Amino acid sequence: MKHTALTQVLKIISCLGLALTIIPSLFVFKGVIDIKVHYQFMIVGMIMWFGTAPFWMKSSGPHTESKSPDEKEQ
Amino acid sequence: MSAEQKSTIIERLDALYEYEREPVTEDKLYGWKTFIAMFSGEHIAGTEFVLGPLMVMHGVSARDFFLGLLVGNFLAVLSWALLCAPVGVKTRLTIYWQLRRICGPYLTIAYSAFYAVILCLLAGAMVNVAVTAVSLPFNIPNPDYAAGQMIPTVPWILLAVVVGVVIATLAVLGFEKIAHFSKVCAPWMVLIFFAGAIAVLADLGCSSIGDFWHVANEKIFTGVPIGANTKYTYWHVMGFAWLCNATQHIGMADITIFRYAKRWTQGFASAFGMYLGHYGAWVCSGILCAAYLAAGNTNPQPGNIALFGAGFAGAVCVVIAGWTTANPTLYRAGLAIQVATPNWKRWKVTFAAGVFMILTACIPAVNANLDRIVGYYGLFFMPLGAFIFIDIWIFPKLGLISDYAQKAKLMISWPATFAWIGAFMFSVFIYGKDHYLWLSRLLEGKQPAWLANIQPDLLFLVAPEWVVAVTLYMIFSVIQQKVAKANVQSQEVG
Repeated sequence: MKHTALTQVLKIISCLGLALTIIPSLFVFKGVIDIKVHYQFMIVGMIMWFGTAPFWMKSSGPHTESKSPDEKEQ
Repeated sequence: MSAEQKSTIIERLDALYEYEREPVTEDKLYGWKTFIAMFSGEHIAGTEFVLGPLMVMHGVSARDFFLGLLVGNFLAVLSWALLCAPVGVKTRLTIYWQLRRICGPYLTIAYSAFYAVILCLLAGAMVNVAVTAVSLPFNIPNPDYAAGQMIPTVPWILLAVVVGVVIATLAVLGFEKIAHFSKVCAPWMVLIFFAGAIAVLADLGCSSIGDFWHVANEKIFTGVPIGANTKYTYWHVMGFAWLCNATQHIGMADITIFRYAKRWTQGFASAFGMYLGHYGAWVCSGILCAAYLAAGNTNPQPGNIALFGAGFAGAVCVVIAGWTTANPTLYRAGLAIQVATPNWKRWKVTFAAGVFMILTACIPAVNANLDRIVGYYGLFFMPLGAFIFIDIWIFPKLGLISDYAQKAKLMISWPATFAWIGAFMFSVFIYGKDHYLWLSRLLEGKQPAWLANIQPDLLFLVAPEWVVAVTLYMIFSVIQQKVAKANVQSQEVG
């Protein structure tokens, strides 16, 4: 239960990070903010995304890479 | 090379792919979501920062660019969905084992060796992309190939060595964690492309969505080549969008992925990679390039244009995009080379591949001609995919034996060998007769009128080469199997 709630919080922060990455560019396009402010928002968005997404994004998927013989021995 | 050495290489190659010898079982299949995520992540890479600007530099017009990408990417999706995925789902084998059955072990070794060289080259291109951003805080200028700078400065080379060594070290440590990190990066990277492009549109005079088409025509995709670049048309863009992953779809390398699909229709998941990466990201990087040049700058390198549109986050995106794609590419190259170096440990092989990667990264001509390099390698590997398609779907209908090399215990399939060489040489000749100086001189005044009138670019040759490959392979296979049958019958009579 606690784990699920934490995951939800992490997901929300990740989504906010993505929103901070894209939305300010629309304000630059409309002339509401300066491009330098947009740069700063993007840095914050990047920190929020990379600070949270690796903890909830799954790495499942087909195993498509071979392993070399010395790796298999391990 | 002695017979003993040859058999050792084959044994090593077989051992390398031993785990994938058996077809994938039902319980290991994946659904749509996995394939959508996989394609979306894989086709938003560092090279997307190179290819969009290349189209701008080649003076493609807005209509040609948008329409060419729409159709070319659609053809790529159809190639995955109708050619590659059905084979993967039917056989559930990797490209390695599929080729081994049809072409025999020797040709499979040749495929692995050539593929390793190409992978090193591509990894080098990605290191180059990453270094264009890493160089920014150090104020080290990126090499300007268009201005005649054939070799980067010494500090830039040193930076490439450092980045290359880091990537090679990580590739030695394995690919699984990097693969996961690359998946995490994908949604963010897409948004960086879009955010950067949207932010600089105002600089180009676009203040509303209604202005976009006018600005795209007048200031981004102007239809006028920059510098000494040749002019690209709709056909170049369409051909390139289709050809740039030809090894994976028509060339069937992605059956290794699609053997995990529940249904062949999952091949349409490739649309997410194509239209997000090879449409959206190319358009965005094209816009970034045009805005960067319009601001009075020169030498639109990936790091510079990303910094211009997205600031520090953009530069980080270029480093990550280059690194996360170079890493698995180098890992695969190391695996492919390892078969030819039986007594070497993987770390040694990967570092050897890394040296080649770093050398490639230090040649600015590679990224400046990335479209051509990708075109050549697509055309080179594509015939093998055509053979697989024909062998599986058409041979049984013609009464021919599929997987003949395996069933007849042949070390090499001569129909596949000659059809591969013949099909690729066909493309080289058709393109080269008007573009290679030595060949043009050799054929001067000797071409019949009909041949002289055919002057295709390299990027137009996907479909013609596929037809030639299929035709040659079928004719040669009919001869091979008829002769073998006749020999058996004569032995029985005897």
